[in-house]
Parts: sequence; C-alpha cells; structure tokens
Amino acid sequence: MKVITRRDFLKISGVAAVGLTISQLGFDLTAVQVYAAELRIKGAKETPSICCFCAVGCGIIVATDKQGKVINTEGDPDHPISEGALCAKGAASYQIAVNENRLRKVRYRAPYSDKWKEVSWDWALDKIAANIKKSRDKSFMEKNADGKVVNRTNGIASVGSAALDNEECWLYQKMLRAFGLVYIEHQARICHSPSVPALAESFGRGAMTNHFIDIRNADVILNMGGDVAEKHPVTFKWIQAARNRGATFIHADPRFTRTSSKADIYARLRPGTDIAFLGGMIKYILDNNLYDEFYVKNYTNASFIVGPKYSFDDGLFSGYDPNKRAYDKSTWALEKDEAGIPKRDMTLQNERCVFQLLKKHYSRYTMEKVTSITGTPQEDLEKVYKTYGSTGKPDKAGTELYAMGWTQHTVGTQNIRTMSIIQTLLGNMGIAGGGVNALRGESNVQGSTDQALLFHILPGYLPAPRAQWATLADYNKTTPSTKDPRSVNWWKNRPKYAASLLKSFYGEKATKENDFGYSWLPKLDPTQDASWLNLFDEMYKGTFTGFFAWGMNPACSSANAGKIRQALARLDWMVNVNVFDSETGSFWKGPGINPKNIKTEVFQLPCAAFMEKQGSITNSGRWMQWRWKAANPPGEARPDGEIIYDLFRKVEGLYKKDKGAFPYPILNLKWDYETNGRFDIHKVAKEINGYFLEDVPEHPVNKNAYKKSTLVPSFVFLLDDGRTSCGNWIYSASYTEAGNMAARRKKTDPTGLGLYPEWAWAWPVNRRIIYNRASVDRDGKPRNPDRAILKWDAANKKWIGDVPDGPAPPMGTQGVYPFIMKPDGVASLFGPGLADGPFPEHYEPLECPIEKNIMSSQRINPAIKIFKGGPDVFATCDPRYPFVCSTYRLAEHWQTGVLTRWLPWLIEAQPQIFCEMDKELAELKGIENGDRVVVETVRGKVEAVAMVTLRLKPLVIAGKTVHTIGLPYHYGWLYPKDGGDSANLLTPTVGDANTMMPETKVFMANVYKKKGR
Amino acid sequence: MAGKSFFIDTSKCTACRGCQVACKQWNRNPGTKTYQRGSYQNPEDLSYFTYKLVRFSELELDGKPRWYFFPDQCRHCLEPPCFYTAQSLGVKAITRDDETGAVLHNPKVKVKASDAKAIRESCPWNIPRWNKKTSGMAKCTMCIDRIKEGLLPACVKTCPTGAMNFGDRDKMLDMANKRLSEVKKMYPKAQLLNHESVRTIYLVIDEPKKYYQFAEAIDITGITRIAAMKKLIQPVINFSKLAG
Repeated sequence: MKVITRRDFLKISGVAAVGLTISQLGFDLTAVQVYAAELRIKGAKETPSICCFCAVGCGIIVATDKQGKVINTEGDPDHPISEGALCAKGAASYQIAVNENRLRKVRYRAPYSDKWKEVSWDWALDKIAANIKKSRDKSFMEKNADGKVVNRTNGIASVGSAALDNEECWLYQKMLRAFGLVYIEHQARICHSPSVPALAESFGRGAMTNHFIDIRNADVILNMGGDVAEKHPVTFKWIQAARNRGATFIHADPRFTRTSSKADIYARLRPGTDIAFLGGMIKYILDNNLYDEFYVKNYTNASFIVGPKYSFDDGLFSGYDPNKRAYDKSTWALEKDEAGIPKRDMTLQNERCVFQLLKKHYSRYTMEKVTSITGTPQEDLEKVYKTYGSTGKPDKAGTELYAMGWTQHTVGTQNIRTMSIIQTLLGNMGIAGGGVNALRGESNVQGSTDQALLFHILPGYLPAPRAQWATLADYNKTTPSTKDPRSVNWWKNRPKYAASLLKSFYGEKATKENDFGYSWLPKLDPTQDASWLNLFDEMYKGTFTGFFAWGMNPACSSANAGKIRQALARLDWMVNVNVFDSETGSFWKGPGINPKNIKTEVFQLPCAAFMEKQGSITNSGRWMQWRWKAANPPGEARPDGEIIYDLFRKVEGLYKKDKGAFPYPILNLKWDYETNGRFDIHKVAKEINGYFLEDVPEHPVNKNAYKKSTLVPSFVFLLDDGRTSCGNWIYSASYTEAGNMAARRKKTDPTGLGLYPEWAWAWPVNRRIIYNRASVDRDGKPRNPDRAILKWDAANKKWIGDVPDGPAPPMGTQGVYPFIMKPDGVASLFGPGLADGPFPEHYEPLECPIEKNIMSSQRINPAIKIFKGGPDVFATCDPRYPFVCSTYRLAEHWQTGVLTRWLPWLIEAQPQIFCEMDKELAELKGIENGDRVVVETVRGKVEAVAMVTLRLKPLVIAGKTVHTIGLPYHYGWLYPKDGGDSANLLTPTVGDANTMMPETKVFMANVYKKKGR
Repeated sequence: MAGKSFFIDTSKCTACRGCQVACKQWNRNPGTKTYQRGSYQNPEDLSYFTYKLVRFSELELDGKPRWYFFPDQCRHCLEPPCFYTAQSLGVKAITRDDETGAVLHNPKVKVKASDAKAIRESCPWNIPRWNKKTSGMAKCTMCIDRIKEGLLPACVKTCPTGAMNFGDRDKMLDMANKRLSEVKKMYPKAQLLNHESVRTIYLVIDEPKKYYQFAEAIDITGITRIAAMKKLIQPVINFSKLAG
C-alpha cells in the first residue's frame, strides 16, 4: 500500500495533472452534509448585548432557541467598536450562560458549620434584613466624638460592584447610604482610583478622554502602564487601524508581552520607575522645543505665577510635616491679583511661572539618571522620547493608553499626572487621536465609579458629606469658584446637582425646609478615609459585624489577601452575591482554615449573568450601552437589581414594624421602581436621568415651559430649588422624553472620525471627546483640519462636529477658556491639589531593590500611609526577598478568575498559575522551565509553575543587577483544584498617597524550586 | 473551481486566542484538561476537540526578544493528501466541498487507528486527529455550515486585528500578495507559506521554522518529480477501481 507522507506533499500538489476532480471519484459526500445540514442559529432569536469582561464594550449577539435556551454567542458585526470581534474571553461567554457550575440556589452557611445549606430567597432575605437591622441599630452613630452630627452606621461595610449595571449600582448605593454605610467601596478603588484625581487635577474630569475607535486617528500610540493585547485585546483593532495608516506603536513595559510583540518600539523599564522614564521625556520635550507653544501659552497654566512659599528641595515639596506624613498644600498656591485672578506671564519668562518651575524640576531627569533608575538603555529612551515628542505639532496626534501598570503604585496618581503633563505640553488633549486614556478593566467600572460605589463621592463626583458640613448650605460652600469671568467653572452648578440628587433619594420627603433630607445622608469624619485598604484594616480589627461582598471576590482580589481572609472570619455575617462560587463566599473552608472555628454566617445569593437581565453599562470611553435580556437566569438566580430592590423592602418593613436607630433615611427613601408590581429597571434609568417634579412654566435657562413628571432634557435644566430630581447629573440626558439614548444603534458618523454620535450615548451630554474646545484655535478653527472634531460656524454662530465642551462661542481674545471643569479654565501643568506634590517626582516603591533613591534622599513617597502590625509587614532591600515582583492579567482570564476559571475553554487555555522569570535568574536558582516553584514574600507564599522566558531580562540599576519576576493573579484555591492560589497572598497593604490604590505592581519576593515535586 | 481561502496574516496576530475559543464555541468542542508547562500555548497541540490552536514561539534576535504567534489550522489543500490517502486505504471519511474547496472529515465514520495514523502522517502540516473513543477523525471544517449561509468562519469573524481573513480565493491571494510586499520592506524574510497549494495562506515575517515545526510543508531534496508522480499513480489506480 502506498501512503503519501508528509514530506512528499509539495511534490504531488500538482496532482491536477491526473485530470480528475475529487467529486468525480465517487465518494461519500456525507461529510459535507454532516457539517452543512442546518445552520444552528437559523431561526434563532438574536439579542444584542455587551461583553461583561473588560471595558472596551464589545458587542455580543446572544442567540436563543424557541425554549429560550442560549445556543450561541458571537460578536455583533454591527457594533462600531468591535465590528464582530471578540477576544478569547468574549468568545467564551456562551459558557457563562450554559454552565453546570452556575449558582442556582440560595445557599446559607451557619456559624461554625462546615457545609452549605440550600434555603429559599424569602428565608434568606428575611434573615439578612434582620442582620442588617441588628448591626445597624447596634453601631449607628448619630454624633461623632466631636459632637457633630454624622448619622452613620459604623458596623457594616460593602464592596461591589463594577459587574453590576449602572441602574443596579445606583440603586445599590442608594440603599447602602440609606442604611447609613460610609464604608462603601468596590473594584474601582483597586483598579483606576488614581486616574480620577490625576486626570481631574490636570483637566477637570476623571475619565478616559477619548474613546476606542479614536485610537485609529493617532500618529503615535504609547502603551505604557498598560498591556492592551493582554488586558484589552479588542483595542488592538484600532491600534492596528492606526498602524495601517502609518502610525507608530510604542510599548514601554517591564515585561515583553503579547503587546510588545507587535510594537514598533519596545522599551523595557523597572517596575515602579515610570515617573523617572516620563520625567526624562518632559525634559527632552522642553530641551528640544518639541512642545506646542500656542497650546501651552493659551490652554494651560504654564504662564501662571506660583506663590513665593512654593519650593522643592531634595525630594520634598514645601509644607511637609513628617509626623503627619502630609503636606500643607497652601504653600503651593498660585499668586493672584487684586481681583483674585491668577497672575500670568505670557512670555513664560518669570522664574516663578509654572513653565519655568516645570523646566527646573525636570532638568534633574537627565538621560543618565533616568537610565540608572529605570534600567532602560539610553538609546531606547531616546527613541521613545523622539518619536512621542514628534506629536507636539498641531497636525500630529499622540495618544497614551494605560491601565493598572500606572495606577497600582504608591505614586499611582503621579504616574498619570506625569503623562498628563506630557500630553498638555504636546497639545494632545481634546483632539482626535490624542488623550490620556485610562483603559478600564471591568465592563462597568466607569459606570460604577460614576454611580459612586466609593466612600468619598456621591453620584456624579459630588463630594461625600462630612461632619464639618452640617447643613446643605455648608456643603454647598465647598463648591469650586473662580473670580475670572473667562473661566466657565462648570462645577459652580454643583448645588443644583446636589439638590436634585437629594430629591432622587427622598422624593417628596425632601423639602427646602429640611435641607432636602441632607441630614439623613451618612457623614464621614472630617479627614476619615474609608477606602479599601482601610476598610479591610477595620474589618481585621473587628469593627464590622456585617459585610456585603456583592459581585466581588476580595479574598483573591485584594492586596495582602491573607489578611483579608483572616478579616472575613471576624464578621458576624456576610452576604456574597455572584454568578459562581468564590474564595470569598467559601472562605470559611479555605486552605488552613477549620470551619468549626469560623463564626461568620454566610449568605450566598445567586445572580443573573449579563445576558440574563437588562440594563446599561458604561465602557471605558464613557459610552453608556444598553444590554437586552436574552435568556432567563438558571435555577433560582435573579438579577442583582431585583435582589437589591427586595432586600431594601425587607429592611424597610422591619423599621416600619419595630423601632430602630435613626429610621428616617430608610422610611423616607423613595423606593418606587415598579411597573405592574414588578421591579422595572427603566424606572431607575429614568430616575438617574432626572425629572421635572413640578410644572416649570418659564425655565431660567431657555424660558421654555416644562411639564411636571417629564424627564429633564439634560443637566443644564437642573435646579437647586427642589423642582427637579436627578440621580446622577453626568448621566442626565441619557433617558429623556426622546427615549432611552443608551439603547440607540444608529451608525452615522458625520465627522468621519468614528464618533458615532447616534450609537448608544456618552457622558457628558453625548460628548465623545472631552475637552474638545482645545482642538480649535481662538477663532474656533480646527488646529488640525484633517482631523477636525469641532469647528465654529461663524455665520450661523454654532459649533459643528462633536458636542462642544460647553456651548459658548470660541475663546477669541475675551471669550471663555477651554477646560471648563477647571476653576482656572486651563489644563494644569502645575497641580497644587494633590496630596504628594504639584509636580510628579520619582520615589521608589515601598518595597524596592535599592537602598537609595537616585533622585533624592526621600526613598519612598513621603505622603503615603504606612500600615503597621499584624499581617502588615514589609521587606525592602532584604536579601531574603531579592527580586522585584509584579502581578498582572492575561488575555484569557479576567480579574480573580471568579468568572473565567469556571469557563472550560478559558481554563483550558490558561490552566494554572505561573511565575515568569528570566533565564539568568532561573540558572541562578537552578530552576527549569515547567518546574514547580514557590514564590514568597514576607507576607505569604504561592506555588506556581516556572515559566523561564527570554521575554524577561535582568536590568542594571544603580550598578546592581535586578531581576523581575511576575505572576498572573487570576487563580484561587477553590476552582480548579490544581489552578493554584491567589498571587495577592504576596502583595503588600500600602496605598497611593491620593487614593489608597494598593501597590500590587511592585514588591519584593523570592522564588525557589519546590522541593520534592 | 476557484473556491474560498483563508489569509492568515501573522504580522497582525496578537494571540488573543479569540479564534481558538470561537472555534470551540461554534463547533461545540469541549475544553480539554491541560496543564501549565511553562508556555502560554495551551492545549499543547491540536486534537479531535481542538481544530484551531494559536502556537507560541519565543526567540531572540539581535539580543532582542521576539514572540511569534501561529494560529494553526487545516490548510484545506487544493489537492488534499489526507483525502487521497484515505481513498487509497478505502476509508470513506473525507471529502471536499466542490463549491468552497473545504476539505471535510466526517467524524461519524469510524476509522481504524492505523489508517488514522497514515492519514495524519500524510498531512504535511500534521492536522487531522483521531479520537480513540469514537474512532472518528476531526479537524477544521472551514465552518462549512456558516460559509454556506454567507457567514464568515467563526475564527475569522472574531479576530480583532485583521490577522484572520476569509473570502474568494483570488481576493485572498491578492490580499496576501499585497500585504507581503508591504511587510517585506520591514521584514525581508517575510513570506507566504505554500500559498499555491493550500486554501489557508499564512504570511510570516521570519523563517517558518521559527514559528512551528510544521508551519510550512517541507521540500525534501532527492525526491524527484518523477518519483513523486510514481507515488501518485498508486492512489489514482485505487480511485479508478472505486469509481469503476
């Protein structure tokens, strides 16, 4: 028998010579029939949805059969961002819907029990409600130690969730605040919390400035502090689109990753040295006059004069108090004239003008110093600086894409600030193809942040009330103000948003006479920080009896996860809501824990997955997109919104029946989101948008008449007198009398730049690129006519293109400044509002490999909080932990793997935790690729599989060889059993100076081969 | 028959593995048990349950790392040796769709282990796989059910970057040649792999061996054209018998 072998193929491929086609040879055609008999999705119902993983916001079509069963999920070809594409995770979403491991029943774990018991919803919600009341009544504080009214519940905390829809998030925070909670946190804290103050300090708002499709408009794309191909894979569609146009793509990262493999320029740097790297770029831009002079003079505070008290010396800014580890920021104030308007020197020559101070500050970041800190070869630095610096011309655009690589540091906020300075100098803000783009990592983490599931804000970034602001008038006194008539200072409208928010909380019970119920809101102490790390620190100390882990898995996601696991055991009760079981819900049977010693009562509530409910989510580019319901949740699982809705009713019922602590916020809460007796998410969506509560016959804004009970057209129409309500002013205009804007699917693109203004809706007021007034010159002419997102039509006196950032005519010589959310109206090169300095400065991570900071005598950020005692231990320059270690995500998994580890196609692709290391290190430690190793820090250890790779390299730092290792943090002990545990068992409890974002991107570790395999 | 072709531009592949999973999703193939072996590549190889696999290969060039990704799948040969081999063995599990050129293995036809081995051996790219439990053979179907309805194959549809393309063969060849001339400016070693003989046309920027052992069919010197033709005769005779 002759058999063709592999090797022969090429020779015979000219077989057509024999002159027969295969079908003439008479075969069995059943194979064609087997596969082509019937298209599985023929006649199926197709429901559009949006992917539940990262925040790119890709469209998914969920196909269901006649019985309503999900039979297929694939990309939505009409979706303008993803155009039918899905990464491995999105492509696996079918297995979320059809999965034998989904939670189907409510489960209860009694104190000291070693097993779950299935219980009914009613039983569980009744018991949870009783627990809430008990904990609340016991811990409720009407006045604090200083005798100030605080009306808060100290004994319950909540984390969650960016996995909820906007409407659910809003409803959840409303319920929690009615209960009196101030310990309200979620993923956003440990994900992009530094982005908010960094971007807000620089430009006025805390969000991604541009959007995904817009990346195609860039000439140079810098991905630093992020790793798009791994974390936001479909983003690469638009990077590739830019590259097809000739754009250059740069990846700067400690690891050579899938992203680097496609970069035109790759630069390696030591983790935690981004400010040095970028500080060098600022110097390069200034030294080589690459900045956009018009932009810098007119649209930034470069010309502003800084007060004489400001100084910087050897790593410390003026006003430092070492005992408090804090600065007196008043020493950084700008100098103002008699009218209270900042003084300026338009020649930029004054030695105390921002431009000169900036120059002076970054003159210290020489190539030599930068290289010795970062380990990046000088030629690579120069290549990056030169290429990126080329975008300072008006007809060029440079964009920066970042994520946790910048945020998860003790200098997280300042990392982002450094890039904000670069983008401001280059005139890359507010333009097509520009921006500082915070790539968000959960599908609705932008929305959950906007809806204020965070301790320090109320919806729409209003500050959370504090004890020192006893009345609404006191609260309103903190409204930003300006004396400069040319500054719009949009935040001056804050009292309107606050009053309208209170009306959305308490409805008719909120009256002018009672301050719209302001006193019912819980108040923080004057300087209280209830953020994530502090929350778990308090839990560890036993402060809380009750805890909600709603759509979250802190037992794996939190820094120093070992501490969190111990803290959970100090609770009386915990409510855990999720799609699958998690290491948090089942912590009581975790490794090394005897359930018989754990008192915590645990309620595990099964919730619907994203295609099993409807509601909106907001992607990273601020697009609020509606998801429709495709299928019913399995078993008894329910949408989160319904669970929240019923839970509040139960608690309300208890307070109606029995007396309890300060019941007014609960009894007076407006909770009427039903249609025909069923919870109606649209009613919440409308509440968020806002209503006219009375007839407004002649609105102060436009003299038009508006009817009672109609939806407000936008936040412009909100009032501070109680005649309007609005659950979140930045979402006002999302659900109007014209309909549900987030549900729009029309694909018009009038500018041709990919704004798609009629697809979904973007906050604020459907503006697709924020700060877009900075893209035009003083007369409103586009500075880059080829990529004009906005232009002033002088004849008709209107703006054409994107929704302008404020309707005022162009700046001219007397008109308004472009950055309307900043009190001074301009972008801030000098940012005096941050905790750790008006200019970013390089400090070493808390745990670092070198004894001395090469830039100054301050080794670490002088303004960070140091946790002490118990499980909070640290080791720096300690020979036991000689390697820099980092944690990260992979394209195939999401967060702690709480969803993705349960999806067989994804766990097949990335089955187990691994530790990446360079070859030299492996040789040094006698480790071979595939060996089982132990990674250890002073806090804990994790077993992993060694991945010895050419993609990591030792760096020479200050003359010393430094190795970097890293692990993905997607795994947990619960499932799969051989997957490995959380990399966060290694990470330290230490936060960014401004936001307490944990420093999980750099810490010191050891790695060694596991004995006896 | 012009039929259809894939064009797989590895210079645009970021190894997001959307294709690998989308293939499983559409074909209802299960996730198989895997282990971390010190590589991102998993499962380790194609199988009866894995028709599409992104292969990872890391190397160093001028002291700098390179990471090559190769989304491996059936080449849907113009003249498929798996098919001819099967015929010569009397195995009726393989056919080709005349309209599209898709080479199809019918997993419902039982194939002996030794025949399956021979069929697999005959494939220059080591694609077809046999399952002990079912005795069937399986591999990429070109999503024949989808393409017959005018849909893109699942792997192509899901690809974010334009690495995966599918369409009429002449269009794909044009696209491949055009892209090759662009890429060559930067990467002189860039090439198309066996594009005249197969319907899955790969563009690589470096020597194919650096991607994967079987990325390209190997041309063994010493086997002359005549020798090859002789080998051909045998199966053709068998076919004639069958036809007659």
